[in-house]
Amino acid sequence: MDFLHANLPYILAGISVGGQYALIAIGYTMVYGILRLINFAHGDVFMIAGLVMIYAAASMPLYIALPLTVIVTVLIGFIIERVAYKPLRNAPRMSVMISAIGVSYLLQNLALYVTGGLSKMYPTIPGISNSITIFGATTKVVTVVTPVLTLVLVIALVLFIQKTKIGMAMRAVSKDFETSQLMGIKINSVISATFIIGSLLAAVASFLYFSNYAAVVPTSGAMPGLKAFVAAVFGGIGSIPGAVIGAFIIGICENIIKGLGWTTFSDAFTFALLIIILIVKPTGLFGERASEKV
Amino acid sequence: MDQKKKQDLIVSACLIAFILVVLFVLEKIMPSGNMLFVVLKKGAIYALVAVSMNLLNGFTGLFSLGQAGFMLIGAYTYAIFTIPPDQRLAVYQYFDGGVVQFTVPIIVAFLLAAAVAGLFAFLIGLPVLRLKSDYLAIATLGFAEIIRAFFQWDVLGPITNGSNLLRKFPTFDSVLFPFIVSGICIAIIVLLINSSYGRAFKAIRDDEIAAEAMGINLFKHKEMAFVISSAFAGVSGALLAMYQTTVQAAAFKSAMTYEILLIVVIGGIGSITGSCLASFLFVACSEWWLRFLDNETFIGAWQVPLLRSGFRKVVFSVIIMIMVLFYNRGIMGTREFSIDSVTGLLKRKRLPGDKKMKKEGK
Repeated sequence: MDFLHANLPYILAGISVGGQYALIAIGYTMVYGILRLINFAHGDVFMIAGLVMIYAAASMPLYIALPLTVIVTVLIGFIIERVAYKPLRNAPRMSVMISAIGVSYLLQNLALYVTGGLSKMYPTIPGISNSITIFGATTKVVTVVTPVLTLVLVIALVLFIQKTKIGMAMRAVSKDFETSQLMGIKINSVISATFIIGSLLAAVASFLYFSNYAAVVPTSGAMPGLKAFVAAVFGGIGSIPGAVIGAFIIGICENIIKGLGWTTFSDAFTFALLIIILIVKPTGLFGERASEKV
Repeated sequence: MDQKKKQDLIVSACLIAFILVVLFVLEKIMPSGNMLFVVLKKGAIYALVAVSMNLLNGFTGLFSLGQAGFMLIGAYTYAIFTIPPDQRLAVYQYFDGGVVQFTVPIIVAFLLAAAVAGLFAFLIGLPVLRLKSDYLAIATLGFAEIIRAFFQWDVLGPITNGSNLLRKFPTFDSVLFPFIVSGICIAIIVLLINSSYGRAFKAIRDDEIAAEAMGINLFKHKEMAFVISSAFAGVSGALLAMYQTTVQAAAFKSAMTYEILLIVVIGGIGSITGSCLASFLFVACSEWWLRFLDNETFIGAWQVPLLRSGFRKVVFSVIIMIMVLFYNRGIMGTREFSIDSVTGLLKRKRLPGDKKMKKEGK
């Protein structure tokens, strides 16, 4: 109990960060489920969402800036898929991954150019940037909002995938790419929908994440992106609940490690976890067993 | 045939000697601050690490993204063992001069850099090389990050100076130094690729199951390629440390690995000469030729739009994206640049009937 009390601020921060990772991780896991592609650019889309918000909030009221950011981020995600991944649909998987790395490089350089290399302050979003006290630990409202919002979005997404036609198409495509094409599913629109959902959640995650961290630099997306990817692998790539649980575990562990004074190793821990899970159970916690055809 | 081989060898040796002489003369006649030398030095260093990555990605089919981590190990090993003892107090100012109180000759330090990077690679390879394709990529990327955190750890401060800079170790002035070191290392890699081990690597790349059926020990050969590649990445890390004159673990981020990967892709995955060529082009473009895009330019009173600091990198990454999307076989594909192919090309141009013959052949 003492341990819990002493570490409460870290656990709260962990839950908050975990929720944000979860929203990013869904983007990774859905894209991987369908295209078998590690979308290295996803973390940078998340960073771009942060920058768009900064520039939008500087010139217009918040109730326009927020939806505008979401729309722009979704558009960017959509365009990236159409320009950088679609032409390579029949190319080897590695070419697509290299293309993703290229997009990531481009987005970071673009951000560097636009910001001039300065870190930009994130606007305060009223309501979620205020401080509150929970069980004697002071934190921001965003800490409490994040897990709730994450759960709501995830439930909505799972319903979307289970109940709607396009959701059914997504499940079919992730099971078997070629056969679903033969069954008359429009692969391209399904893939676009996946990227749109992923970018949308990344935009929401950027509101929550950057409200907590306050500054955006061109490389801000890299680390959260990689960690969210680890969360997706940890939970079993392709599985949405798995990604969410993995993200919360990573967020909480990482912050407890910080609390113990091992800050240098908080990033390393995530990757150590990744390597352990890949070796012990490569399909992750909830992943499906994929049989490799010879 | 033997005579032909001998002839080729002599021509290659002459070519290499010629390049070295040209570099030597250039250095004598041009001011040392010229951008050309920056490009040549950095290009030579990147060529080595790109070739070492190509050995893994292009010739063994192991998609590894840990190169920056092994460069870091090499750079640190070199720096730690070559800082003169009388400078150590100044460098390790927070750690009472550090633990290592001796220096070794530069050559030994280079060998150590390779050995330590190779040792780490051996240990990392034991678990990681059982993974496949993109899982391997992510795991090696993860290990590179762990290495980076490890070297910044306070507890290791007396050895690695924590997260502070390492400096005051011997560096090079002449362009010839990185050229010769990289050249020797690349030559060793080429010899390896042309040996029976190299053929085993290629067999693994083309079909693992078939290779195993032919009696190739998969794990042993993968581990070998991984260790050798990482050892040479370590050497190039040591060269990079010399070039930069300071080393800091924080600089060896995954972005560095991505750059090297892009060089390999631009040069052609599976082409040694392609990697070398691409690394010089890459460095020249990013550091030199596109530099004008960073300056605000006026034509008369009209300011050219968009040109300001950072635009060079945007244009550069767009060029890379175009390369990746439309020329994804790279400059050289899997071919190699050789004297024969150049003379063949020249001869072909002189023959007017050649085009017709080609058509008929198809």
